[in-house]
Amino acid sequence: MSATPLKRTPLYQAHVKAGARMVPFGGWEMPVQYTGIIEEHRTVRAAVGLFDVSHMGEFEVEGPGALAALQRLTTNDVAALQVGQIHYSLLCYPNGTIVDDLTVYRMGDARYLLTVNAGNIDKDWAWVTEQTREVKDARWRNASEGTGLIAVQGPKAEALVGRLADRDVTRIGYYRFERGTVAEVPTLISRTGYTGEDGFELYAPADQTEKLWTALLAGGRGDGAAPIGLGARDTLRLEMKYALYGNDIDETTNALEAGLSWVVKPAKGEFTGREALEKVRAEGVRRKLIGLEMTERAVARHGYPVLKGEGAVGTVTSGSYAPSADKYIAMAYVETALAGAGTELAVEIRGQAKPARVVKTPFYPSRVKKA
Amino acid sequence: MANVPGDLKYTREHEWAKQEGDRVRVGITAYAQEQLGDVVFVELPKIGAKVAATKNFGVVESVKAVSDLFAPVSGEVVEVNGELPQKPETVNQDPYGKGWMIVVKPSNKGEWDQLLTAQQYEEFLAQGGH
Repeated sequence: MSATPLKRTPLYQAHVKAGARMVPFGGWEMPVQYTGIIEEHRTVRAAVGLFDVSHMGEFEVEGPGALAALQRLTTNDVAALQVGQIHYSLLCYPNGTIVDDLTVYRMGDARYLLTVNAGNIDKDWAWVTEQTREVKDARWRNASEGTGLIAVQGPKAEALVGRLADRDVTRIGYYRFERGTVAEVPTLISRTGYTGEDGFELYAPADQTEKLWTALLAGGRGDGAAPIGLGARDTLRLEMKYALYGNDIDETTNALEAGLSWVVKPAKGEFTGREALEKVRAEGVRRKLIGLEMTERAVARHGYPVLKGEGAVGTVTSGSYAPSADKYIAMAYVETALAGAGTELAVEIRGQAKPARVVKTPFYPSRVKKA
Repeated sequence: MANVPGDLKYTREHEWAKQEGDRVRVGITAYAQEQLGDVVFVELPKIGAKVAATKNFGVVESVKAVSDLFAPVSGEVVEVNGELPQKPETVNQDPYGKGWMIVVKPSNKGEWDQLLTAQQYEEFLAQGGH
């Protein structure tokens, strides 16, 4: 047991008032569910859900050296980002394993915003500042405490945010952002998410986040908008096979075996982990993060062994009943030779081998607006 | 406060037990299903299996958690709710009715008196339930 008190987001009181069940998550006291995980999951797929993700961390880096700092730190090519554009990326250790996954926003010519996982804020802050100490003219600022973040996700998200915003949000493309106001709160309106649905992530000053939350709930009532806890956030992302740091990726998994080669850009030049990842790429990955569908009812969970016949050939990293796919699904690392769709495997659950099959992912069709 | 029917007995692990002639019907309480959240998987013993009081007889899983089921009394399983593996959500919808799990033919009549009465179980819940 840790004596460190759990941190609370600006919406803590709103969650308690709404009857949420609060649980510890990454050092924060967060709502895991309000009415029920499956019902909340369906609300996001069918209408629109509001997620408090204010626990996530935000770092800003600014100055003539900001680009060089980020090119060194992250695996994706920051030089390719236009102002107003966002990309997904990784911080890697020299051996190619993962410090954290993150999104990088280009705010201005020489100004960037990084959004990192809540449980990694302190580790990441130490890492980015330490690793770029020799980079001249890059000023870092940890904006995590002063920033609230609300994700608005679902087929009715665009209409809801559009009604409250000072601008035409339909023009904001996928992985693009604009700054404006929503419900008169100054907001960075980002067309991103972690659910596989269309939607936005709204960054607002911490002291105005509750005003924004209340306005979104009220404004979306006619559309069936509801607050959504971390439980449904997890089942929604799992149906997309989006990696969750600490479950599917961590300091023991490399970027390529995790299936994230699409954000590893060695052609851009030197970055931390590049040499190791180039070696892995040349030799081929030993194991791959794949999607499993249980072929009979059984819940595979993090850490359960994956079997082929009698032998262990991998490990489950995430698993659940998937409400929209209506299947029992999992993500797992398995030996590369067994990673092809259609391969019949099993998961060891309480001493019993439960049959499973490698399947193509996502497990449920994504509806993000890539136009 | 969770629903605690007065005609049942209870365990500290949140199972209920109902005397039906010389048999005992077993399920989990309303409080237990609320704490679990949406039940998505139930694993029960087969008819004829032996269960022992306070020992694990099956598993119930919600989206977030795996929980063992503990037998209130020792004996032989004479009925199993065959609907539950296909419809695990029944445990949430009707924990004291259609969500029952097993029926046991007890081998030790003395164990019945060791179980909590409804009043004792309510007091136990009022103190936090664990």
